[in-house]
Amino acid sequence: MKLKKNIATSEEGFIFNPSTGDSFSVNPIGTEILAFLKKDKPLDEIIEIMCEKYDVDRSIFEKDLDDFTSQLKEYTILD
Amino acid sequence: MNKNSSKNKVIVIAVTALNAIDSPGPGVAVIRAIRECPDFKVRIIGLSYESLEPGLYMHDLVDKTYQIPYPSGGTDSLMNRLKFIHEKENLDLIIPNFDAELFNFIKLKDKLNEMGIRTFLPDMEPFEARDKIKLYDFGKKHGLLVPKDKIIHNVKELSKAIDEFEFPLVVKGKFYDAIIAKTEEEAENAFYKIQAKWGLPIIIQEFIKGTEINIAALGDGEGVTISAIPMRKLYITDKGKAWSGITLDDEKFIDLAKKFVKVTRWRGGCELEVMQTGDGKSYIMEVNPRFPAWIYLTAASGQNQPASLVKMAMGEKVEPFTEYEVGKIFVRYAWDLITDISEFLKISGNGEL
Repeated sequence: MKLKKNIATSEEGFIFNPSTGDSFSVNPIGTEILAFLKKDKPLDEIIEIMCEKYDVDRSIFEKDLDDFTSQLKEYTILD
Repeated sequence: MNKNSSKNKVIVIAVTALNAIDSPGPGVAVIRAIRECPDFKVRIIGLSYESLEPGLYMHDLVDKTYQIPYPSGGTDSLMNRLKFIHEKENLDLIIPNFDAELFNFIKLKDKLNEMGIRTFLPDMEPFEARDKIKLYDFGKKHGLLVPKDKIIHNVKELSKAIDEFEFPLVVKGKFYDAIIAKTEEEAENAFYKIQAKWGLPIIIQEFIKGTEINIAALGDGEGVTISAIPMRKLYITDKGKAWSGITLDDEKFIDLAKKFVKVTRWRGGCELEVMQTGDGKSYIMEVNPRFPAWIYLTAASGQNQPASLVKMAMGEKVEPFTEYEVGKIFVRYAWDLITDISEFLKISGNGEL
């Protein structure tokens, strides 16, 4: 799962899709996940790192991550 | 003439559409872009229709203004006025920017050229082919997606036309205005409303759901696109005009503009209004045969279309641009320009300022 090449993101959680002109903002957790996706980190690794860092139940995080990436796909931010 | 002397020559350019109001003409933006180009010096002559067009009073942009007759006055009265202005100002180039005046200027371009006044306008054939009323046939001929439409001349034809479309449909005037109708009754009301304002015929058009994208393009008249900048409106006024917009990065919009310029051999500026559907189709909704009011954004993002038009009109070879800044935003603003009654009297009484 990859972030589209031309997508611009900021450290503050702002996303700009230059192909469509759409812009979005995400919360700090979303910003962290986007940063991983930008570096092409596999989802398994992202789950590992985030669950450990935030002491969160793996199944809950997996479901939330799935929701988040589905939205990103819907808005053509992910390939 | 060596390079230095041509650079030092002052090009006298007449520009119309100085009505920088809430539904703005492009003239002031065109002048701003031209003045920012370091490659030539210019004297700008404003050509106005009304005494309160804001550009008239922007003396840092416009050196002198003359009123010209309304387009409905025809080519003879326009020519007489242009001769008078030319005697005083020795014009090198005229850039007309209003849809309604372009027909007259295109008709006069050979005569103007004989007088030593250049233009950089499309030929009459492509100018008329992209007209709203003929756009569907134009698209069909050249393999460009255009929403299906039906031209009607009286209200009796409306119900017959409605049978060919699904609701919602769009009822459009021949010059401006479009109303989305969800029922036959709404369509009939829209018909009368638009007829009262813009006359006949009326266009019944298929409704296309999607995101509106605008593309400012400049053609060299030989089929080559010198520049194409796609923009999405970020804020729209109640008149549907862009109050803010952003440059986009999508090759398909640039390719669409290139195709249009190629098949029409478009000379000069134009704006394609495109509807991008959810399934990735790009419909051309309208083609405006002149620069849009947001044209300064092309200069701000690295492709100064008005300045390139000036260069080509003056005989210079201009290479197509290849890059521009994506994510460049314009935000329009309103400003109370202060002038004096004496200026208003000059333009109202003498037709000059």
